[in-house]
Amino acid sequence: MNPTTRIHSRTAVLADENIDTDRIIPARFLTTTVRDGLGKLCFHDWRYQADGSDNPAFPLNQPEARDCAILVAGRNFGCGSSREHAPWALLDYGIRAVLCSEIADIFRGNALKNGLLAIVIDEARHHWLLAHPGIELAIDVHSQSITLPDGDRIAFQLEPFARHCLLHGVDQLGYLLQHVDAIDDHERRMEAAA
Amino acid sequence: MSARTLFEKIWDAHAVAPETADTPAILYIDLHLVHEVTSPQAFDELRQRGLKLRRPERMLATLDHSTPTLPAHADGSRPYANAEAQAQVAKLEANCREFGVELHGWDSAGRGIVHVIGPELGATRPGMTIVCGDSHTSTHGAFGALAFGIGTTEVGHVMATQCLLQRKPKTMAIHVDGELPPNVGAKDLILHIIGQIGVDGGTGHVLEYRGKAIEALSMEQRMTVCNMSIEAGARAGLIAPDDTTFDWLRGRPQAPQGEAWERAVAQWCELRSDEGARYDREVRIDATAVKPTVTYGTHPGMAIAMDTPVPAPRNTVEQRALDYMGAVAGQPMAGMPVDVVFVGSCTNSRLSDLREAADVLRGRRVADGVRMLVVPGSEAVRRDAEHEGLHQVFAAAGAEWRVPGCSMCIAMNGDLAQPGQLVVSTSNRNFEGRQGKGARTVLASPATAAASAIAGRISEARSEWGEARSEWRGVRRE
Repeated sequence: MNPTTRIHSRTAVLADENIDTDRIIPARFLTTTVRDGLGKLCFHDWRYQADGSDNPAFPLNQPEARDCAILVAGRNFGCGSSREHAPWALLDYGIRAVLCSEIADIFRGNALKNGLLAIVIDEARHHWLLAHPGIELAIDVHSQSITLPDGDRIAFQLEPFARHCLLHGVDQLGYLLQHVDAIDDHERRMEAAA
Repeated sequence: MSARTLFEKIWDAHAVAPETADTPAILYIDLHLVHEVTSPQAFDELRQRGLKLRRPERMLATLDHSTPTLPAHADGSRPYANAEAQAQVAKLEANCREFGVELHGWDSAGRGIVHVIGPELGATRPGMTIVCGDSHTSTHGAFGALAFGIGTTEVGHVMATQCLLQRKPKTMAIHVDGELPPNVGAKDLILHIIGQIGVDGGTGHVLEYRGKAIEALSMEQRMTVCNMSIEAGARAGLIAPDDTTFDWLRGRPQAPQGEAWERAVAQWCELRSDEGARYDREVRIDATAVKPTVTYGTHPGMAIAMDTPVPAPRNTVEQRALDYMGAVAGQPMAGMPVDVVFVGSCTNSRLSDLREAADVLRGRRVADGVRMLVVPGSEAVRRDAEHEGLHQVFAAAGAEWRVPGCSMCIAMNGDLAQPGQLVVSTSNRNFEGRQGKGARTVLASPATAAASAIAGRISEARSEWGEARSEWRGVRRE
């Protein structure tokens, strides 16, 4: 994973609560065996009309929302399935960070492991950002803060290890493999107890 | 040692390294379940890094999500929805051969939905840690196992190290007091619970279902309850193992035998929350107040008793959900016209679920214009159901009897509803488009699904419809 330290972008807003993983990428596209190229399928059934043209009512299809890398989404974003295709699709689409007052557990873990910043912010700030799309934000992983255009800051907390991995591009599987001796010991203890 | 919850006992026994302020715990995984959808990228990752599986004997693979549920053609070929689905299945077959993983493939008598076959084979046992690249892994918590869904990156972690990096979740007790009414089952109960605590009510928590009503449930019903823990956002759901659990597991292919069985049961008896153990949150549910329950919106938290008026929307998102569903605030869901009925999925595709549906359907017909699909959860369930003649009950009623698989629960194998169609479904998710683009899903119990198929409208399984009514709940009676 490449390090992720700062993201600077305008915000796009999907205000709906409980945007589930089927809305992020419908299940019928999960027959893929690769993780690349899923951006064109991101929000597929919301984003396109039946004839394949862009749905003008989809917020991210608005001209001002194009090329925004920061998504402010309604509460409980990413609920539903464990499909990692959801963060893969969002990243390939161009989203680098999701801001929300609550994010579903499995989605959040999957996102952070792929360098997609899934960031929980307090409800008051969340409401304000939902109501003000197109705000220019600078997210800094090191200081765990989001800077608004007027210099005001929103603090957030990432799980310390996830933050460390983002900042240094740590390979979590590599980290786990360094603990092989402890895993061996655990298996020996387990077998002795059985 | 201070009083611990069931969750804490399992967690502690599997902590290879405890968590610190800076690092998550390293948690050992006893059983890794694998299917075709969330594993190919993980196998590729291993191959690219030149890594092997650490403990292939702790993996169990099956084909379920992308697989057709119509039988094979005369030439042996399968009616896949598309070439990509076929290629995905072929890829799992090849990966399992290359890496030495036991696969319950097309030729296996044990093939089925991953969360149905784990318990059936006795691979799921109390006190274990179990993961799968599938959120409904919470099902296995019914056996007092800590079981949860993971993403594909973590699938790779478990393959290579048999471990996961995990922060300890919080605990939440759900006490279900009293006795469920006779016409109410496990599906009604879990829909009611999610309706009470909300679609995100369990976020960050492992739920432990407790109380008289939970103890009275059969294993199949406990699986239905734990299965939907994720629909409340929970990491996992747990029920302490007891005699019901042990009786169910005894003699299963992978269960310990003889003396080893006795030793295992003695250990499993310790797997219950200690007196005075503290939970981060506790919720009380009155079992006597639960009624036949259905969903009315586009997430499982939008659930109410079917004869209760749909509540007024609190915001534009809820209004849109009602509009999408064709539900009307102030009107009950009962009576809404139905196009499709689906009985199946890891929530409700076990033998007892099929019996529940068959008891309602026996001697009756699915209403004109309604399509009904019955998809058993596994080859074993299919064999048992056919042995009892249930397939004939379904066929005589005009329902389609299919080959095991996830089918219309996730609708990625070609089994799907058309835009606008209303599906009464025994599955677990009513998200927009979940069962086909534009399809509308109402989650319900097998009895409600069958009754709705007959009536052509959302309908309760009425008492005059079956002498076997008491069987519907399968509750152990003292």
